[in-house]
Amino acid sequence: MTVPSELRQIADAVWELPASWKPGMRVPARFYGTKELVERFDDGVFEQAANVATLPGIQKYSFCMPDGHWGYGFPIGGVAAFDLDEGVISPGGIGFDINCGMRLVATNLIYDEVEPHLSRLVDRLFERIPSGVGSTGFVKLKEDDFLDVVEQGARWCLKNGYALSEDLELTEEQGCMEGADASKVSHKAVQRGYNQIGTLGSGNHYLEIQVARKENIFNPELARAFGITMPDQVVVMYHCGSRGFGHQVATDYLHILLDVMERVYGIKIIDKELACAPFRSPQGQDYFSAMKCAVNMSFANRQVILHRVREVFSDVFGKSPDDLGIRQVYDVTHNTAKLEEHVIDGQKRKVLIHRKGSTRAFGPGMEDIPKRYQPFGQPVIIGGSMETGSYLLAGVKSGEQTFYSTAHGSGRVMSRHSARKKYQGKKLVREMQFRGIYVRTASLRGLAEEAGGAYKNIDAVVRASELAGISTPVVKLTPIGNIKG
Amino acid sequence: MPYTYLDEIAIADVAFEARADTREGLFVEAGDALMNVMVENLGSIRPLVRRSFHAQAEDLERLLFEYLQQFIFFKDAEQLLLRVSEVVITQEAGVLGLTAEASGEKIDPKRHDLNADVKAVTLHRFRIQNEPDGWTATVVLDI
Repeated sequence: MTVPSELRQIADAVWELPASWKPGMRVPARFYGTKELVERFDDGVFEQAANVATLPGIQKYSFCMPDGHWGYGFPIGGVAAFDLDEGVISPGGIGFDINCGMRLVATNLIYDEVEPHLSRLVDRLFERIPSGVGSTGFVKLKEDDFLDVVEQGARWCLKNGYALSEDLELTEEQGCMEGADASKVSHKAVQRGYNQIGTLGSGNHYLEIQVARKENIFNPELARAFGITMPDQVVVMYHCGSRGFGHQVATDYLHILLDVMERVYGIKIIDKELACAPFRSPQGQDYFSAMKCAVNMSFANRQVILHRVREVFSDVFGKSPDDLGIRQVYDVTHNTAKLEEHVIDGQKRKVLIHRKGSTRAFGPGMEDIPKRYQPFGQPVIIGGSMETGSYLLAGVKSGEQTFYSTAHGSGRVMSRHSARKKYQGKKLVREMQFRGIYVRTASLRGLAEEAGGAYKNIDAVVRASELAGISTPVVKLTPIGNIKG
Repeated sequence: MPYTYLDEIAIADVAFEARADTREGLFVEAGDALMNVMVENLGSIRPLVRRSFHAQAEDLERLLFEYLQQFIFFKDAEQLLLRVSEVVITQEAGVLGLTAEASGEKIDPKRHDLNADVKAVTLHRFRIQNEPDGWTATVVLDI
């Protein structure tokens, strides 16, 4: 890994590559991370963040978050804002798994109450929330009904008994992006996704039972505001996305935009995965509408999973979900493009923010975060590897430097193949159980690929986010149970 | 091996290189390479159902892309694991056409030793090369 010699540190955990680094860059590229993290960025991160900086209409900087690594088109951890008239929309700035995201759910149980039932709880969750290759969910829909799901997102779940109205209030975009138009998605996308609501998927998708240990509650006031009110409190965190539906929407539009990018709009192609079209063009608007459908499918997916979580906890503990205090803390998206208002060069402007493997982290007082969290900032959920734990953070005022964006996870440092050579699934299950983490997986080899050693140190990623002032840690959450696709 | 996985191209994902003497053979191997990412033992897929693949494209790389997408489509839409033993490629008025008969069966986690799900075929470093000793394709899959 070679750090470009032109890279300059400009603040704590903030680095910049000048626009002169690569021909065609319209703005500099900024990288977030401590020296140790930035030195371990793969070469692709610098190259790809620079490629993003060449796109028409980009504002201020092409950003990469502390968990950044090489992706397709944009790096994972890439953030960029585009002018609505001069700028573009790019599927490669959003990712194949549109609205892959995290949900955190609190309970009023503590570790000692859950520990005796842990294996039964995890086994039941594993049975009731399908995961792995080609898995299908319990919500049986006709293709036409699925079109309602993708236009309505979590609102569809509320109408059909899979949500409480409070869940929607505590979800980014209230669980539905306005303007989703199902006529803009292909029949193939519908066929791939209509039977997958309520499924985790595979790869780095998981559901965990976690504990907020006393020594890991860094900010008791914010923790209390977000519903973490007692030491050893048990929570549920999960990571999944829009499944085959979103993957097909991304694939379809990658080609549609690639076809018109240079031929119709004269935008030079540096990397095919950076295919794009002007935001206001017919193709750009069609993709935006289709992307919103995938965003909504993903909100519905995580909502139906919450319904399952409530059912399983209720079964195992013989109490109602209400008596168990099962309450959503928040749901955040990772892979999206959204219209947001930000102050740019002293002026408030509406821009299109692409976040790919990055979490929105709005600060205190900002609109679009739930009323109850307004004084505190938006909850930010950062998933770590299955062995090392995860974090709940909050957005801060100084997050304006990245258009209020922060990290989304640990970020991989070891290839899947290398991880499979280094770790053995069965052994990993035994070792994790010895350390108090009970795991169920659809694939032992898939589990080995997700070993803690394959990821960056989550503590370092969170520390860099704090040092740079793009989010502040609230609680670190330690895994005790895990289901993996 | 008619295909190998490339370790350092895709840290979070999987890249493979497939090789064959003919372009049709290259397609067969690339299909198996994709399926082998999801299923450890391809021999465990019994030929119980058949599906026909059809694709058209202006160039061979795009044709391979469309062909590989079909394995992913049937895996999600019908939960089928498929293999192809023969591919026919035709050319008419500058357009390449593909027909392939795929056979396989429904996913059964009890019988099939499953690995990671493939989300998409990417265009990153996507390449077909025709050299004197045969055909080679490099493909990166999103996991």
